Amino acid sequence: MKDILEQLEERRAEARAGGGQRRIEAQHAKGKLTARERIDLLLDEGSFEEFDMFVAHRCTDFGMQEQRPAGDGVVTGWGTINGRMVYVFSQDFTVFGGSLSETHAQKICKIMDMAVQNGAPVIGLNDSGGARIQEGVASLAGYAEVFQRNIMASGVVPQISVIMGPCAGGAVYSPAMTDFIFMVKESSYMFVTGPDVVKTVTNEHVTAEELGGALTHTKKSSVADGAFENDVEAMTEVRRLVDFLPLNNREKPPVRPFFDDVARVEKSLDTLVPENANTPYDMKELIVKIGDEGDFYEIQENYAKNIITGFIRLEGQTVGVVANQPMVLAGCLDIDSSRKAARFVRFCDAFEIPILTLVDVPGFLPGTSQEFGGVIKHGAKLLFAYGEATVPKVTVITRKAYGGAYDVMASKHLRGDFNYAWPTAEIAVMGAKGATEILYRSELGDAEKIAARTKDYEDRFANPFVAAEKGFIDEVIQPRSTRKRVARAFASLRNKKLTNPWKKHDNIPL
Amino acid sequence: MFEKILIANRGEIACRVIKSARKMGIKTVAVYSDADKNALHVEMADEAVHIGPPPANQSYIVIDKVMDAIRQTGAQAVHPGYGFLSENPKFAEALAAEGVAFIGPPVGAIEAMGDKITSKKIAQEAGVSTVPGYMGLIEDAEEAVKISTEIGYPVMIKASAGGGGKGMRIAWNDTEAREGFQSSKNEAASSFGDDRIFIEKFVTQPRHIEIQVLCDGHGNGVYLGERECSIQRRNQKVIEEAPSPFLDEATRKAMGEQAVALAQAVGYTSAGTVEFIVDGEKNFYFLEMNTRLQVEHPVTELITGVDLVEQMIRVANGEPLSMRQEDVKLNGWAMESRIYAEDPYRNFLPSIGRLVAYRPPAEVAEPTRAVRNDTGVFEGGEISMYYDPMIAKLCTWAPTREEAIEEMRVALDSFELEGIGHNIPFLAAVMDHPKFVSGDMTTAFIAEEYPDGFEGVELSATDKRRVAAAAAAMYRVTEIRRSRVSGRMDNHERMVGSDWVVSVGGETLVTEIAADKGGSTVAFSDGTVHRVASDWTPGDSLARVQIDGELMVLKVGKLTSGFRIRFRGADVPVKVWTPRQAELAALMPERLPPDTSKMLLCPMPGLIVKVDVGEGDEVQEGQALCTVEAMKMENILRAEKAGKVAKINAGPGDSLAVDDVIMEFE
Repeated sequence: MKDILEQLEERRAEARAGGGQRRIEAQHAKGKLTARERIDLLLDEGSFEEFDMFVAHRCTDFGMQEQRPAGDGVVTGWGTINGRMVYVFSQDFTVFGGSLSETHAQKICKIMDMAVQNGAPVIGLNDSGGARIQEGVASLAGYAEVFQRNIMASGVVPQISVIMGPCAGGAVYSPAMTDFIFMVKESSYMFVTGPDVVKTVTNEHVTAEELGGALTHTKKSSVADGAFENDVEAMTEVRRLVDFLPLNNREKPPVRPFFDDVARVEKSLDTLVPENANTPYDMKELIVKIGDEGDFYEIQENYAKNIITGFIRLEGQTVGVVANQPMVLAGCLDIDSSRKAARFVRFCDAFEIPILTLVDVPGFLPGTSQEFGGVIKHGAKLLFAYGEATVPKVTVITRKAYGGAYDVMASKHLRGDFNYAWPTAEIAVMGAKGATEILYRSELGDAEKIAARTKDYEDRFANPFVAAEKGFIDEVIQPRSTRKRVARAFASLRNKKLTNPWKKHDNIPL
Repeated sequence: MFEKILIANRGEIACRVIKSARKMGIKTVAVYSDADKNALHVEMADEAVHIGPPPANQSYIVIDKVMDAIRQTGAQAVHPGYGFLSENPKFAEALAAEGVAFIGPPVGAIEAMGDKITSKKIAQEAGVSTVPGYMGLIEDAEEAVKISTEIGYPVMIKASAGGGGKGMRIAWNDTEAREGFQSSKNEAASSFGDDRIFIEKFVTQPRHIEIQVLCDGHGNGVYLGERECSIQRRNQKVIEEAPSPFLDEATRKAMGEQAVALAQAVGYTSAGTVEFIVDGEKNFYFLEMNTRLQVEHPVTELITGVDLVEQMIRVANGEPLSMRQEDVKLNGWAMESRIYAEDPYRNFLPSIGRLVAYRPPAEVAEPTRAVRNDTGVFEGGEISMYYDPMIAKLCTWAPTREEAIEEMRVALDSFELEGIGHNIPFLAAVMDHPKFVSGDMTTAFIAEEYPDGFEGVELSATDKRRVAAAAAAMYRVTEIRRSRVSGRMDNHERMVGSDWVVSVGGETLVTEIAADKGGSTVAFSDGTVHRVASDWTPGDSLARVQIDGELMVLKVGKLTSGFRIRFRGADVPVKVWTPRQAELAALMPERLPPDTSKMLLCPMPGLIVKVDVGEGDEVQEGQALCTVEAMKMENILRAEKAGKVAKINAGPGDSLAVDDVIMEFE
């Protein structure tokens, strides 16, 4: 018996050693941690339960039968984050460069199936050279098996991908279909085709970092939702995100003890909106002053900054925030911001996370690049996402809510539950100046007359009361009491039940 | 007594005057520009009158507009505060013409003392020793250079009408004299509408000590001790105290008596200040007399118990002084820190914007300690480019200088200010500076002790450990809270451990934390133990921590795996890891910030006035590259080293944000 126990420990030790000390050191030299070290940081200490530690590949081509390391380049299992269950797979770059074989894929599929069945998030730590070339189509089949599971799990359990090394070719499409992608700066990259192929085909000279590094994907492509300084920070921040997310689509978002006054009055918000309607202000201040303890987890912070998306807590419970940012492009909606916010709204709706929308939007960004780029369909995504969302929706209009963009931003007409406005709100078809120029075209030559007309229009429409008279605004609130009002609104919606008509699925304008 | 007075000023001083008036049962009228529509002084006053657009020369210093406001409201007297119209004889005359009392000295005294050239002559005639200099008006830069050479460098070039450091330059050579003359003249013209300039010998190693005098219209005059204002930056006072740690009773008396004599020689009434330069041998030279309430008057009030504003109002009402010289007793020690909207890490450049957070320490007035904060701002208010960038005057009082300094340290630590750059870290650093603590300083203190600017403060070894202990205990609290989120697997909860590794200021400290009802005991691996107790809860931005029985007030910011801690002028990331996290974090590479050494970055939000070089130019170290105007100050940006200009990204008239790249070098 003792021999057998020893044998087990030996085999375990061998499996835990991954690709061996030399490769582990090489991994460290690149500023990267190993697959198991990353799991140590991601999960509560001692909570990891591993599956398939002894799985080995079945390939016999190219002399592969000589090398059959236990685990086959991926560590899989489950554990807890602050006591809540998650499933995790972590690719081991020290074993065959983390390449994906048929069995490697099967290990991932196993935990994904369990995650869906048992209702817990899947976190994938990606660090892989790509397909196991020696296995040919079996490897490709493995990818597709994972893809299919990503698709089936989507909207059932949260899926988070962290790119912590290479992720190229077909491999990118699994993270691409998860809810969030995070990257580690300077040690990760993602692209469909790499710099060499790019050079051959398009004659563009570009480094892997420029083509698909963390900054590229968080600032230019919007493929990634956030970038972190290193592996340790990445794992810590993923833990922080998981604390905001429900475990599955059957659960309410988590609640944790909070140390903030629900009725906290923020006098400074009374002066947040500047006197001059064209002066920007930082909407993030409002978000931070509404949320519990000023805690805000921003998603896609560096992309389409004219809209802000992320999570706060109110009375300890997660709330998704979508807010126009007047500091960037005057807070206009455009292609990028509509896509960014639409995806976020759909995530929240899928996982029963209430949505707070803060509105200061002068309209859609005009221009050929927008129209040629299909702003009609992209803008429609956000409109669609808000309209179909059945979670509690609370909206606060701080300043401008003009034109079609007013409708889009979780208006009353899109089944907004509470639509508040600050006294500074202006809910109108457009700004007074633009409106006057259309209504009084014949008087355009007379600056004095136009100024008077503009003033008339402002007096009539540059306020929240016309909308409030029609019931499109439920109440005009004091900026200083926004936290309290919003928190009470969400509290009253805790048992909200709203169901859309049965359908196979909708046809959102993708 | 007056029933209603108007305060022809804004900001903290307007609020200050309103407080005393209210205490005396006098109604108050505020005036305000467009930029001050929502200002605190407007809110505090009983009435408020709008007097024009934001620039002071279109509102606060337009006599006609203020006169209109007086007529409109029927105010019987006007308190001018400091700056603006406070030392403008034309304003005093205009008031006299309408029979409105001026809460300040008579016109003759303002005129005699207001002009620095005239006042010096009067002082000389009165037998007061003065600093050598050229008293005539100077026509152009060449004449300025000639006179400077005659007096001998270094010289001080000053606006005749100037004050508060504006329009003032020190020149050490002909080039600086030429440049300094021109920029002083420009600033004087734009700030005071009077571009007369004079030059005098710059006395090195001086202390700035001033005497507060108070005179009535019945021939009585007293001096209320002195204020030491040697901690100055570019002639702008930063920290003041009363009394001076330098003066002995005999010198105090001599200076005080001379000050009163001078005041009476010009028929002075009301509160006024006679400024002296005092050298190492306690020789004092008359500098100038300020015929108004000084910014730093609170320190005098704190040690004498006299409300200077109240006294000014009474004197203006014709009452005789209720005190004699022998009644004036100096009690304890008072400190004042001027909190400015300026970035100490960027050579104190002005910073404007919204006060996202403004939470001063609570004011207290107890027998053994006092905290007083004179301010004109509020959280959510705006620091605009139009006016003085002073946010608040934070004062502390205690029986001894040592205790007053300690009170100030804690008060500065407790002062929360976010949204703009501010000099609190610098003020805190001075409060811990051995030279300041010993009282051994001159007006060159800042220039000498911070020759390369202020680069922040390193925590002392002791403080580092105490901060580490506090952060570890606090972080453990946040982790325990995290572990109490809903949706946990029953019976498989996360157990938050007691071993933590703190990384602060390049040091890694291994700790073990044992918590009980009263707080935490933090044991370091070397055997030292700290007791930490605090009512801090996660999310609080200020932590009052009792550590080994001593109070530490920490500003606590959010950070992955730890906190950004600000304490005593230091601003440090403190990481708190589990042992396993620490072990793995040690493997992470250090990332270096991007190289900006070959760029000229805009150091503050401002307007490019002038670009002095062109693309392809070779520049020498110290050569002027361009001029950025911010908050009415012209800032010349110079080459840090020799090089060649590769690219210029901005031109005159461009308005830039902080860190915008103005030009690039090869």
